[in-house]
Amino acid sequence: MEKKIIGKAYVLGDNIDTDQIIPAEHLVYSTSDPEELKKYGHFALSSVPIEQAGLPFGGKPFIDGDNHKSKFNIIVGGSNFGCGSSREHAPLSLQVAGVKAVVAESYARIFYRNSVDGGFVIPFESSSKLNDKIKTGDDVEVDLESSKITNHSSGETYRLRPLGSVYDIVKSGGLFNYARENNMI
Amino acid sequence: MGMTITEKIFAKASKKTRVAPGESVWLDVDVLMTHDVCGPPTIAIWKKEFGEKAKIWDKEKLVIFPDHYIFTKNTNANRNVDLLREFAREYDLPNYYDVGTERYKGVCHIALAEEGYNVPGTVLFGTDSHTCTSGAFGMFATGVGNTDAAFIMGTGKIWEKVPESIKFTFNGKMPEYITAKDLILQILGDITTDGATYRAMEFGGEAIGSMNMMERMTLTNMTIEAGGMNGIIAVDDVTRHYLNEIDVTQYEEFNSDEDAFYHSQYKYDVELMEPLVAKPHSPDNMDKVKNVEGTNLTKCYIGSCTGGKLTDFQFAAKLLLGQKVKVTTFIVPASTQIAKQLEAEAISGVSLKDIFTNAGCIIAESSCAACLGGPSDTIGRSVEGDVVISTTNRNFPGRMGSKLSQVYLASPLTVAASAISGEITDPRKFL
Ligand code: SF4
Repeated sequence: MEKKIIGKAYVLGDNIDTDQIIPAEHLVYSTSDPEELKKYGHFALSSVPIEQAGLPFGGKPFIDGDNHKSKFNIIVGGSNFGCGSSREHAPLSLQVAGVKAVVAESYARIFYRNSVDGGFVIPFESSSKLNDKIKTGDDVEVDLESSKITNHSSGETYRLRPLGSVYDIVKSGGLFNYARENNMI
Repeated sequence: MGMTITEKIFAKASKKTRVAPGESVWLDVDVLMTHDVCGPPTIAIWKKEFGEKAKIWDKEKLVIFPDHYIFTKNTNANRNVDLLREFAREYDLPNYYDVGTERYKGVCHIALAEEGYNVPGTVLFGTDSHTCTSGAFGMFATGVGNTDAAFIMGTGKIWEKVPESIKFTFNGKMPEYITAKDLILQILGDITTDGATYRAMEFGGEAIGSMNMMERMTLTNMTIEAGGMNGIIAVDDVTRHYLNEIDVTQYEEFNSDEDAFYHSQYKYDVELMEPLVAKPHSPDNMDKVKNVEGTNLTKCYIGSCTGGKLTDFQFAAKLLLGQKVKVTTFIVPASTQIAKQLEAEAISGVSLKDIFTNAGCIIAESSCAACLGGPSDTIGRSVEGDVVISTTNRNFPGRMGSKLSQVYLASPLTVAASAISGEITDPRKFL
C-alpha cells in the first residue's frame, strides 16, 4: 500500500448516489473483458448534473472526451457518499477512471464496504466538511500514516479519521487478499 | 449495560458473550441470498478468487431467486438468468427457484419470508440493498456487494461492524386510513436519507404489535432508504403464528434489554398521523397527501417488495371495489403466491382479482417489474414526462424508467384513491 496519495482533487456535493457514479444502463458491460471494462471508467460520474460537476464552479466533466481515465485521482465529497443501490460497479468505475482515494464526511454503508472489500478505492472520512474548502483541480496529498490531507494549492492541512478496523483489509488490497494473507482461505 | 436485539444476534453469530457498537466482528452467516442481477458477477468473483478449489460453503444455505429482469426480450438480462440456471444445475443447488417452472416465486425478499428462510435470531445476507426486509422476523438481515457475497459463498463468514441502534416506538391504534407505508415515510421525512447510516432501526410499540407480518416488512424494507444497516422487530405472537403456519418451529427469540443503549429514540402516536407521500425525487421528500392533492397523474402502480404484498392489495381493493380507475393502473403481485391469493381472497364476495379487473387495472406477472425501471419492454415502466404515484420504495430520477418522470411514493390506500380520481387524493375521501 502506498503511504501517500498525491494528485488532483475533484470536488462533489452531498448525497452522491450510485446512479450518479455509474448509471444503471451501463451495468451491462463485462467486468472481466479489459476492453469492455474501460467503459466503466468512461462513464464514471457521468450522471452528476453538470452544474454540480467539479465544485465550486461546476461545468467540469470528470472524464474528457473519449477517455476512460480522468485527470483527477482524489475525489472530495460531502455527506452520504455512495448512497442508493448495492452495485459494486460504483467503486469499480472510479478505480478504472484512475481514482485512488475518496475523502468524504460520511458514506453509505454498502458503498464503503464495496470500496474496501473489493480493493477499488480507499474511502477516507474527513473530520469536517471539506467540499467547500478544497476546489476542483487543487493539488492535494493524502497521508495514510498520519491520516491527514494537505491542500498544496492553499497550504491548508485537515485531519482524516483513522481507517480503524478496515486498515488491515485496505493494506492488503481487499478482502480476499487479506483472508489469504491471514490463512483464512 | 444491556444489549439490543441486534447486538445480541451479533454476539451469538460471532460466538461472543457480548459486543459493543463500533466493534468489527466476523459473523457466521445462516443464509446467503442472491438474484439475477448480482448473482452472475458474484459467482464470477467466487470462481476467480477461490480458483480450482472453489466450493460452496453450504449448498442448503445459498438461495437464488431470479426476479429482477424476468419478462423481457433483453438478451443481456436473459443471459443472466441462463447463467444462474446453469450454475444451479452444475452444483445441484436445492434452493434455486427457476422462472418458467412451478418453483418460480417472484421478488426475493417476499419469497424469503414465504419459503421459511426468515428465521428469528439468525443472520441473513443478500446481494440486494432491500435485504433488510427480513428483519421483520427478529433476525439480522442486510445487503452487501458482490465481493462480500462471493466471500460468504466460499467461507460462510463475513466481517461487519456492530451498529448502534435507533428505536422507533409507535403508540396508539392504527386508524383505518394509515398503513405501515405512512409510518416509514414519516420516519424518512424526520431523519432523512442518511439518518440511520451504519445503524440498526428497531421498531416497537402497540401499533407495531397490531400489524401483520406483511405490514411489518414494509417498515423494515425501507430502512435502507434512511441508510440503515438493518431494521428489526422483536418476535411476538404474530411472528410465531406466521412461522408456525409454514412449519418453521426451531428458532431463538431475542429481545432488547431495558437498559440497552440507543443512539436515539423516536416516539409517535399513530392516531395523530395523516396519509403521507414522498414527493419527487427522494424518499425523504415527505409531505401530507392533502398538501399535494389534485396533482394530475398519468400512471398508478401497486407492486414491489414494499407495496405488492397481499395486505397492500387488500387495502387497495377496499377502495377499488365497484369503482373505475381514471388513469392506467398496474397491479404487480410481488410473488406468485400473492398472485394466487388475489384469486382466493375476496371482499363482499368479489375476489381481489375481479375487483381490480372490473376497475380497469392491468394485472402483471410477479417480478420486480417497473420498480427499478428495467429494460425498455418492462411492464409499467415510466416513459417521458409520466407523473406516477407508486407503492414502491425509491423515487430517485429515472428509478422507474424515464429520467423526466415524476414519481410520488405513497401507501396502497393513497394510490388506490388517486387511481379512482386520476389525481393525487387523500384516501379518507373514499373510506
Ligand atoms: S421489487 Fe424493487 S426494491 Fe424490491 S427487490 Fe425488486 S427492484 Fe428491488
